[in-house]
Amino acid sequence: MTEQLTPVEIGRDRARFDGALKAEGAAPYAYDYPVEDPLYLWTVDSTIAKGRVAAIDASAAEATDGVVLVLTHDNAVRVSGDDLEYAVLQDPAVRFRGQVVAAVVATTPEVARAAAESVVVRYDQEPHSVTVRAEDLYRPEKVNAGFPTDTDTGDLDAAMASAAVTVDEGYVTARTHASPVEPHTTVATWTDADGFLVFESSQSAHGFRRVFSDVFEVPAERVRVIAPFVGGGFGSKGMPHAGAVVAMMAARALPGRPVKYAHTRRQMFRLVGYRPRAEQRVRLAADADGTLLGVGVDVVQESSVVKEYAEQSAMPARTMYAAPHRRTSHRLAALDVPVPSWMRAPGEAPGMFALESAMDELAHECGIDPIELRVLNEPAVDPDTGLPHSSRYLVRCLRAGADLFGWYHRDPRVRSRRQGPWLVGHGVAASTYPAYRQPNNTALVRFADGRYQVEIAAADIGTGAWTALNQIAADALGVPVDEVDLAIGDSALPVASVAGGSSGTASWGTAIVTAARQFREKFGSHPAEDDEVRADVPAPTVAEEFATHAHGAQFAEVHVHEDTGEIRVPRLYGVFDAGQVINPRTARSQLVGGMVMGMSMALHEDSVMDPALGHTANPDLADYHIPVNADVCDLRAEWLGIPDHRLNPMGSKGIGEIGITGTAAAIANAAFHATGVRVRELPITLDKFLG
Amino acid sequence: MEADITLRVDGEERVVTVDTRTTLLDALRDRLGVTAPKKGCDHGQCGSCTVLVDGRREVSCLSLAVAKDGAEVVTAAGLVDADGPHPVQRAFVDNDALQCGFCTPGQVCSAVGVLAEAEAGWPSAVTAPGATPELTDAEIKERMSGNLCRCGAYPGIVAAVREVAG
Ligand code: FES
Ligand code: FES
Repeated sequence: MTEQLTPVEIGRDRARFDGALKAEGAAPYAYDYPVEDPLYLWTVDSTIAKGRVAAIDASAAEATDGVVLVLTHDNAVRVSGDDLEYAVLQDPAVRFRGQVVAAVVATTPEVARAAAESVVVRYDQEPHSVTVRAEDLYRPEKVNAGFPTDTDTGDLDAAMASAAVTVDEGYVTARTHASPVEPHTTVATWTDADGFLVFESSQSAHGFRRVFSDVFEVPAERVRVIAPFVGGGFGSKGMPHAGAVVAMMAARALPGRPVKYAHTRRQMFRLVGYRPRAEQRVRLAADADGTLLGVGVDVVQESSVVKEYAEQSAMPARTMYAAPHRRTSHRLAALDVPVPSWMRAPGEAPGMFALESAMDELAHECGIDPIELRVLNEPAVDPDTGLPHSSRYLVRCLRAGADLFGWYHRDPRVRSRRQGPWLVGHGVAASTYPAYRQPNNTALVRFADGRYQVEIAAADIGTGAWTALNQIAADALGVPVDEVDLAIGDSALPVASVAGGSSGTASWGTAIVTAARQFREKFGSHPAEDDEVRADVPAPTVAEEFATHAHGAQFAEVHVHEDTGEIRVPRLYGVFDAGQVINPRTARSQLVGGMVMGMSMALHEDSVMDPALGHTANPDLADYHIPVNADVCDLRAEWLGIPDHRLNPMGSKGIGEIGITGTAAAIANAAFHATGVRVRELPITLDKFLG
Repeated sequence: MEADITLRVDGEERVVTVDTRTTLLDALRDRLGVTAPKKGCDHGQCGSCTVLVDGRREVSCLSLAVAKDGAEVVTAAGLVDADGPHPVQRAFVDNDALQCGFCTPGQVCSAVGVLAEAEAGWPSAVTAPGATPELTDAEIKERMSGNLCRCGAYPGIVAAVREVAG
């Protein structure tokens, strides 16, 4: 049990403190910082997927007025480490289409771009492999976040052979891109006196500093990463990618000159990671009443030759439902494709589409209500680890959501309701995401000018950290929010973990509470000027004793046009168990935002691989669809609001990712209810209902 | 090739030398240091660069600065006047119509444009033929659909615009 904060500020509905700055266009993002005498970088990207750069003719670029540097593998600074993603411009090898093979730096962006376009690259092309083939599959050593690749308990095959009811189906989730509206941006300056100063779009100032320090072999104290405002991240800005390294190489070569580089929107589809396409075979074995005997998920995903990424898509099947026989596996193919990486709820987002679709199929087979099926298979302890849950309120979320949505009026027969030409269906699915807290967080509290300065290098990527952390600090110090000055988003501040894994508020908040408590213990309630405490937080131990997860339930109403197959989602409701909510207004936005992205995964997003050219054929926001305002109708997020005292002093669980989990299944299940057509491959497009 | 042009930006007359290839967006951001409008795509696909040009909303990444010589440009920063932020900006903050805020200056300019267009009786794709448009939720969603928000702040954006439209 963690000593809990008394909620005064936390739980209070507040407008975000940085809202006005953003609405007025005054919040500085990486590219916006005024820098003296900047240079602009434009890259030259490979037009083959595999082979070698045979020759680069940059004579026209070099002769262009205003060009100050052309970087190629011949002259780029050598970088260190064995992470091939950062080993850009180190050798002539081409490992995916769109890899940076040269860069031009010039005094204006127009000159840099035109000069880069004048560079002629000759290649020795080799045949590439960009689609998964069975013979290429291998078993990774572990999957993302360090989880085991495979699990096997009991005898799933025997359970499948003897069960009264089984589901054995394949589900496909599309390759998707985080696509924050702010393209990844680096504005880097090198000076011999101070090292690197980098304005960056980053979810982790310290994490980026660590990578830059390693890659360039510069002591960490000589690298400063500044990122107080970040235009969305969704995982893609959780770690640096190759583009940042290229910009810093140019800066390193041009001491004293700031180099500005923003990825083009097209580059956002190849240089900053993406969620790999996944094929999942789901097997469920059950008694006739729906009691699960076996759960199996076998995942096949694309990865890259440059760097392995094994999304943990089978993870949720390990923990969601009780069943004695269980087996999961992950297999990868290393392809000549861009490096995949984190995108919102890695593992849980694709995994919960497959598992929760299969659960709906099982409910249908057994002729029972899909909510009752889930209630029936609610585990007493975590099926994966055998540990008790720190708290688990899935059933309450399902029941509360059912009431909010009006679920119980639903006629379970498919194609049983219509409005004019529209077939109407209702669907449900569960949501889940782990409740993490990261080690290695330090906060500083200082008293100055009658106010409390609270410092930690946290990141606000739109989550509301600027507001929530201020509220936490106020309660921890027992003062009103306006006596707290918060500083975040700068590696010069005390170390903080990444804004990722929905762990930010729990991790940073715990550090702030720890520092505030030590401050009060040491200096009482009347501190002197400049009294100061810096506190490190010990690594959490709760996960040794408890399984820690957030849960939720999502309900979708779907309309499918009988003649055209057009699909609309007029209602999408979610009820979540997220522990104590710190700020209801910003929390609702995060949950709603996650659900919008889940709807996007269900209906829109599909990065189409062109096998001949080896690249995404629709790499822009006109052809790669995400929802627009008119796609989002009645969308509501609610929560139970029960603090989990075991997790952290706030009793909170992360809310950044859970909203995207289960959404696509709820929509697919509703579409099945509407039409009788089970769509097992995302996105759910109109052609899938026709013919 | 370079050219000198004059723009009135957020109420201030600015003379600026631009490359003839410079977009209005880059002229504002890179040449004039006016960073309220954002670059999300540079292709006219996201709306984050939206500003008001001679009173009408435009994606500033799709026009060349030289073609805008003499234009009056208002960015989100210029919507703030002596009385403080524009009502649309206040409504965005109150309704939490933003998260990361990167699309927000464009959304705000677009919303101001939408209010004026509706006021002037301009129909949209969802206006019934011959009808006088009212800013219903359906009209707001339709008219604001040129501005993408990856954070998914759409319900808040609709609420904010609805509030100001009254
Ligand atoms: S930057 Fe102009 S529309 Fe995207
Ligand atoms: S607020 Fe982040 S893109 Fe709209």
